[in-house]
Amino acid sequence: MIRQSLRGAASLTFAAVIAFCLAGAPAYADDTEVTIDNFTFSPASLTVKVGTTVTWKNHDDIPHTIVSVGKFRSKTLDTDDGFSFTFTTAGDYKYFCSLHPHMTGMIKVE
Amino acid sequence: MSEFDHNHDHDNPRQGSGPSRRRVLECMTWAGTGVLWTITGGVPRSLGLVDSALAAAPTGLSFLQISDSHVGFDKPANPNALGTLEEAIGRVNAMPSKPSFMIHTGDITHLSKAAEFDNAERIISQAKLDVHYVPGEHDFLDEDVKLYRERYGRGAKGAGWYSFDANGVHFIGLVNVVDLKAGGLGNLGAEQLAWLEDDLKGRAKSTPIVVFAHIPLWTVYPAWGWGTEDAGRALEYLKGFGSVTVLNGHIHQVMQKVEGNVTFHTARSTAFPQPAPGAAPSPGPMKVADDKLRSLLGIASINFKAGEQRLAIIDTPLQG
Repeated sequence: MIRQSLRGAASLTFAAVIAFCLAGAPAYADDTEVTIDNFTFSPASLTVKVGTTVTWKNHDDIPHTIVSVGKFRSKTLDTDDGFSFTFTTAGDYKYFCSLHPHMTGMIKVE
Repeated sequence: MSEFDHNHDHDNPRQGSGPSRRRVLECMTWAGTGVLWTITGGVPRSLGLVDSALAAAPTGLSFLQISDSHVGFDKPANPNALGTLEEAIGRVNAMPSKPSFMIHTGDITHLSKAAEFDNAERIISQAKLDVHYVPGEHDFLDEDVKLYRERYGRGAKGAGWYSFDANGVHFIGLVNVVDLKAGGLGNLGAEQLAWLEDDLKGRAKSTPIVVFAHIPLWTVYPAWGWGTEDAGRALEYLKGFGSVTVLNGHIHQVMQKVEGNVTFHTARSTAFPQPAPGAAPSPGPMKVADDKLRSLLGIASINFKAGEQRLAIIDTPLQG
């Protein structure tokens, strides 16, 4: 009996965790970073789950921006500055640097 | 002879085979002017040559181009961009004959901070010359995108384009650093192109034209964004004019191309050099040995003589 109820409690906890994740609560373990080196976003293409926060970090000696038209727009990021955005809706988010438009990237949110 | 080749297009079929006697003489005059600049670079014993070159040259319009001063930049490629701007202005003040005015082809500041604009103004004004500016992408980074316009854009159209006349030469300052599209190059936009077409309409085709803008108006290296998406449209409107000179910055190195009657030229930066196209993983600031830096920074002097199709452009490094 004791063992059974323990197992019951465990599965209840498990179900709660699943529900917690599905509800889109912060999933810190999934948060991820895109770096800018040599005028290039790395990784250039990234797939994340809804609710993920992506942080861009500029490692260049030249400022850059992160712009996804109609979705989000960072301030100018000087060397070692960062910009974070939390993706709450699924979809493809193409973005680019508005100062150096040949720099492009994509976040796929599922 | 590199100055000679640099400024002349002997492959132009309209020129016939080989340079005419007149052209050879013209080139010699320019070579003389080049000597003048070499001398300004610091060989005093040749000063006599400067004087004779100046005496021989008919007076015309001469103006200066400075570019990409990036005031505020303090990274390893040049920890003191303000200092090298000051050296460049020192060069201007040391010129034996004063140019009529100066153009600045953008990236005055590095991050569009008010203090950066103030510092740039404090140094550049020491040349005591009128300065005609066009913005670079680094001059539009402030939150409200207003600092450049407040200082330099008054009386200009749109994001800051305008034209003016000097000594019979028509000057056009264009803006190709706003509304850039993902994956694209520099951009002039429909409104500015319509203005340009109108600005040129009815103008005598014999009027020498000087166009200046930040990003090159010819495609230098698209993989690094070094070109302007819709520059072809602008060049259409400039067809038929006998003399067109296009002056740009942005790429922090001297490059020149001659296409028919259009001469394209980019100036050095006064702040830091950038690599030759494809010579590095990115177009970012190039760190060179401290004693090499000033040989890669500089200013350009442009001389126009009535009756000559091409303007003589002389690039002068800060050192060497």
